[in-house]
Amino acid sequence: MANKNIDHILELSNELRWQIGDEFHDNLTEGIYADAAQIVSDTVQVDESKKRFRLDRQIDKIVTSKVFGFPIMFLILATVLWLTIIGANYPSSLLAQLLLDTFHPILKTGVAAINMPWWLSGFLIDGVYLAVAWVIAVMLPPMAIFFPMFTLLEDFGYLPRVAFNLDNLFKKSGAHGKQALTMTMGFGCNAAGVVATRIIDSPRERLIAIITNNFSLCNGRWPTQILIATIFIGAVVPSTFSSLASLLAVIVIAVLGMAFMFGTSWALSKTLLKGQVSTFNLELPPYRPPRFWKTIYTSLIDRTMIVLWRAIVFAAPAGAVIWLISNIYIGNESIAAWAIDSMNGFGFLLGLNGVILLAYIVAIPANEIVIPTILMLTVLVTGIDGGAGAGVMFELDSVNATGDILKAGGWTLLTAINLMLFSLLHNPCSTTIYTIYKETKSVKWTVFASIMPVILGFIVTFLVAQIWRIVF
Amino acid sequence: MDTKVKSACETCAHFNADGLKKMGIHTDNVDFVVALAGNPNTGKSTVFNSLTGLRQHTGNWPGKTVTRAEGGFEYNKQKYKLVDLPGTYSLLSTSEDEAAARDFILFGKPDVTVIVADANRLERNLNLVLQILEITDKAVLCLNLMDEAKRNHIIIDERTLARDLGIPVVATSARFSQGIPELIHTISEIANGNIICKPHRIKNVPSNIENAVKTLTAEIEKEFPNIPNSRWIAFRLLEGDTEIIKALKSGELV
Repeated sequence: MANKNIDHILELSNELRWQIGDEFHDNLTEGIYADAAQIVSDTVQVDESKKRFRLDRQIDKIVTSKVFGFPIMFLILATVLWLTIIGANYPSSLLAQLLLDTFHPILKTGVAAINMPWWLSGFLIDGVYLAVAWVIAVMLPPMAIFFPMFTLLEDFGYLPRVAFNLDNLFKKSGAHGKQALTMTMGFGCNAAGVVATRIIDSPRERLIAIITNNFSLCNGRWPTQILIATIFIGAVVPSTFSSLASLLAVIVIAVLGMAFMFGTSWALSKTLLKGQVSTFNLELPPYRPPRFWKTIYTSLIDRTMIVLWRAIVFAAPAGAVIWLISNIYIGNESIAAWAIDSMNGFGFLLGLNGVILLAYIVAIPANEIVIPTILMLTVLVTGIDGGAGAGVMFELDSVNATGDILKAGGWTLLTAINLMLFSLLHNPCSTTIYTIYKETKSVKWTVFASIMPVILGFIVTFLVAQIWRIVF
Repeated sequence: MDTKVKSACETCAHFNADGLKKMGIHTDNVDFVVALAGNPNTGKSTVFNSLTGLRQHTGNWPGKTVTRAEGGFEYNKQKYKLVDLPGTYSLLSTSEDEAAARDFILFGKPDVTVIVADANRLERNLNLVLQILEITDKAVLCLNLMDEAKRNHIIIDERTLARDLGIPVVATSARFSQGIPELIHTISEIANGNIICKPHRIKNVPSNIENAVKTLTAEIEKEFPNIPNSRWIAFRLLEGDTEIIKALKSGELV
């Protein structure tokens, strides 16, 4: 449409604005509120005598209090995690049995019957199929438990209270209070957490929330933490306390992640992403009893399935790569063995080893396959009995057997602690990296968000290793 | 637990429940566009879901709907596109979500605007309602969370409220799908012009401002004869809203 000549209207409005003074906005707002009050007084009746005991306010007094707020938050977090860990065990082993112990051999015999060449069946079934099966078996049950529980808490109305409790800490670290919500979401899945940062208006604070979301220990990394803590940390205390000690160790790592999140947010807001903290209104909504089944259904469809699908898409090629590097030989050694040898020195500096570093490189697509990959590679380089052949990922039924293999691979308590630290502080998985790119549309920030945690991980594990070796 | 109570409307011969078809995300060739506005955390997304049959994630925290969600339904062979706007407390400031909501009501020119309000906090919610009524005259107030209001012993005289606001008022408990059929029916009545709204206009304005607004409104109407919300544009111009000035110049508002 052609541009209208509205200069005379603008002139008039400027003139009138001058006449009515600068209290126009306030006057108008007051007018609106006066109208609203009038309408309400004519139409709304509240029976004050029957006014319910304000349960909402009583709950809020406790869950947002200075004394109980934080302990309750950690207690709820610990409970959710504990239920996830315990609850996921059974369906996980069931799925593993079905997909790995039953279906995998069937596939192998099936392709043997049609005379598929060994390298093709190895590539497709031991590589691609196994990686996908692992991701489903390890990732689906905890997500199917964690996300609905998280959504129930959300529907109940607890999350805004978490944001309220943490607001001050976020303000001090120069970040947006709503980052509390995206951070919590990250405990389920970092990719989901990164998408959730859309609730933050200011681009600067949103970027901080995106970059630091990786410090929320995600579902794919919990199993690694728990397994390693059970084998190595649980072993150094009397056996009655071993499960408590390992749960505590995992929670310490999670809390450490939050500390890194605040620290990095603060550092970013003082250097690369300087700016004002924006204020926002956060209404504490009334508590509402969640609609249980509906919530379960939507969280399964909306969150679990979408995240799982993405993980599968990325895990399949990773499985192929793992199989290839263990089966393609350069001279006498497979590519994997070469890579492990060449990274062992650097790994030693970090209190880790070449196997772990290589596992983290090939497991960039999905953190879930780190442990199976480590086991497979350890067996490959140590030549001990066990496992299912070169390039075939496996996990052992008993924690002890897993521990034996790792110890045979030269693992110590230091290796375990540093692996837990490195699992917290390394690059986001490729799903998350891709999501970061989609959300920021910036190669620069995507690279930064991917590299920064690894460097931090190198520094932290290096320092821990050096101090450990001096002390012990 | 679902408590699906048949409302009086549903049992009435005119109601025509068979005429309702939820279309999910398929919103091609629609006859009408319906905007869904309201304060944060009043259950807009729940209303959206029960109208469209979609299962957009709902969560009990304000500001959860960040991107504009769209869905559709068909009622009596007419297709409606429903747009779920981010929740806002007001349209007067310039934050991103408020601008998004305002721009859609203003420039998107929806055929009907459904304003979802929390029956428990009507006074605070009316702030937004009254502002929207300055922009559009085809609106319906969806008085949601009536179940909570009942528990809180809040009684609302819907008829008087409808008369005062000059638009239809429908009481709903969207979480339990109560009142949704009535809401759909009302939406179609407004869209088809069977209900003509005479929306409330903000009254308690000091006389010097009222005079200025009147003068300016007359001038705007001279240039744009068919503009429905000249008074609101006058408000915005007096505030010096550059977006509105730009939109006036390009003729986007007509």
